[in-house]
Amino acid sequence: MEKFEILESGMVPLTIENVDTDQIIPARFLKATDRKGFGENLFRDWRFTNDNQAKDFVLNNNAYSGKILVAGNNFGCGSSREHAAWALADYGFRVVVSSFFADIFKGNALNNGILPIQVSPNELQAIFTAIDSNPSTQAKVDLETQQFRIDEAGIAISFEINAYKKMCMINGYDDIDYLLSQKEAIIAFEQNRS
Amino acid sequence: MKKTLFDKVWDSHVVSSVENGPDILYIDKHLIHEVTSPQAFNVLEEKEIPLFRPNQVVATADHNVPTENQHLPIQDALSRKQVTQLSKNCEEYGVTLYGLGHPYQGIVHVIGPELGVTQPGMTMVCGDSHTSTHGAFGTIAFGIGTSQVAQVFASQCVLVAKPKSMRVTVSGDLHPDVQPKDVVLYIIAKLGTDAGTGYFVEFAGSVFEQMSMEGRMTVCNMSIEMGARGGMIAPDQTTFDYVSGREFAPKGEALDQKIAYWKTLPTDDGASFDLEHHFDASDIRPMITYGTNPGMGIKISETIPESDDASFIKSLHYMGLKAGSSLLHMPISHVFIGSCTNSRIEDFRAAAQYVSGKQKSPDVSALIVPGSQQVAKQIVAEGLDRVFEEAGFVLRQPGCSACLAMNDDKIPAEAYCVSTSNRNFEGRQGQGARTLLASPVTAAAAAVAGKIVDVSQQ
Ligand code: SF4
Repeated sequence: MEKFEILESGMVPLTIENVDTDQIIPARFLKATDRKGFGENLFRDWRFTNDNQAKDFVLNNNAYSGKILVAGNNFGCGSSREHAAWALADYGFRVVVSSFFADIFKGNALNNGILPIQVSPNELQAIFTAIDSNPSTQAKVDLETQQFRIDEAGIAISFEINAYKKMCMINGYDDIDYLLSQKEAIIAFEQNRS
Repeated sequence: MKKTLFDKVWDSHVVSSVENGPDILYIDKHLIHEVTSPQAFNVLEEKEIPLFRPNQVVATADHNVPTENQHLPIQDALSRKQVTQLSKNCEEYGVTLYGLGHPYQGIVHVIGPELGVTQPGMTMVCGDSHTSTHGAFGTIAFGIGTSQVAQVFASQCVLVAKPKSMRVTVSGDLHPDVQPKDVVLYIIAKLGTDAGTGYFVEFAGSVFEQMSMEGRMTVCNMSIEMGARGGMIAPDQTTFDYVSGREFAPKGEALDQKIAYWKTLPTDDGASFDLEHHFDASDIRPMITYGTNPGMGIKISETIPESDDASFIKSLHYMGLKAGSSLLHMPISHVFIGSCTNSRIEDFRAAAQYVSGKQKSPDVSALIVPGSQQVAKQIVAEGLDRVFEEAGFVLRQPGCSACLAMNDDKIPAEAYCVSTSNRNFEGRQGQGARTLLASPVTAAAAAVAGKIVDVSQQ
């Protein structure tokens, strides 16, 4: 996994609430057997018509760009498909900001080097307003100090992240390596219970 | 200390806890299917590590499979590749596969319980959010992402922080026309789609105590639709009777010992939950959804609420529906009875009982898709196939089918489909399709009438 320390980037505002993973990546694109190329179909049915014409959707708006997606409340609900996180990462997002994340999505994001930043509903509104008044405004995310800032708009937010997950993101560690290092304890657990 | 059902099962599966971090939770059973497992097998290959406990993994092909001509090769090349890949992976890593053509094949959350793989007090995971279904047995069961599927392959464990606990109690008597699906749609409509995020839910109270295992599975299945990681119901005699005698269930003395243990699992009197909700069963009526998330549900007799929220307006626009209007008597063109929510024998019995002696409307195409080969066999054994066929319903072979439209069973754009599945998201049943979630009886009634009807008013 790619390490995450500091990110400075523009933002893409997606004001819709309850964005489910079926919208992030529709089921018909789940037939791949590897992790690559999902970015192309990120938000497919909101981005394109059936004959591949661009729709009026924020990802098609050149005014906005960057590695930070700012989304409405309850982002990532529904299906557990990790393809949603793969699609966001493949498209180039490293951070998703929302006032609420669905559990499974949050875990999937962290396992793919995407940092989910949960802010309060008021803070989310302030961020949307800041992007609205200057679409190319820059945000700075510092994982070490757990700070999200938009200096131009005077926004400075401290966000929470589990200490273990933070350590993994900063060092680029995967959970699987940690679990493999615990094999002996796991085998002992199995023997104790039978 | 007084413990909840959830605490008892969780605590007995913690290998250790990471300091300031998640628990290492031991997993008893790992279910896999073709869509969310290939990339996890790739991880084993890349890292050159073995699958740690192949005997604790059970695989089936369900999401992509066609529901016609299952004896022929799958026509869609990508679906065929995914299903073939699953067979190859299972063979290479020594995993039991109930693939196409096997008498045990079916939707992963239908076959686990019916084979007795699912048992009280276990921990179970699957790369699928509706793994919550298995909680009906007093099992901690939850959906995981593919990275975690790889972790379970490698270590038979997941790293996960212990969720908070919530109890949803529904007591009193249900109206005779109310189905388990109505109960869960009611709860989600009341609490909202994010109410359960961060929680594991226990469903308690007389309504669930009196419910069949099939009904309990329908309820726990949809706990993810209120955002919860999973739902659970305390195991009782109904549970023990269901599990006893199933293929992989313990037998004889082993079973007696297990039952004695399972009896210790229910929540202790006085144990506390982080959050409690109470509902009165008599307030519940047949339900239907009108929007694009499962929380947007009403009693069929009610009108669609009004709201100036932008996401709400967008949702109604997609559905082609108006705030303040009623769904009653609205024409529909498709009916789907199936999915891991409502594709067990009891669901088809309830639908067939309603349909018997009636004809479906000529304007409706009505699809019946059993959850498993065993359910399909039972449908024939009980003669329900004739009831459906005489009424003009189409009976298909088992799979996820129109629940997520990864195969050919798609609902056309803008068509209204009364569906017994669990998600009414935009495009879930096909691009542009408009899904109205309801119980099997409400769906059957809509197929007969060609429009939405309130079965409690008939
Ligand atoms: S029936 Fe639907 S919800 Fe259930 S496992 Fe299949 S696709 Fe998922």
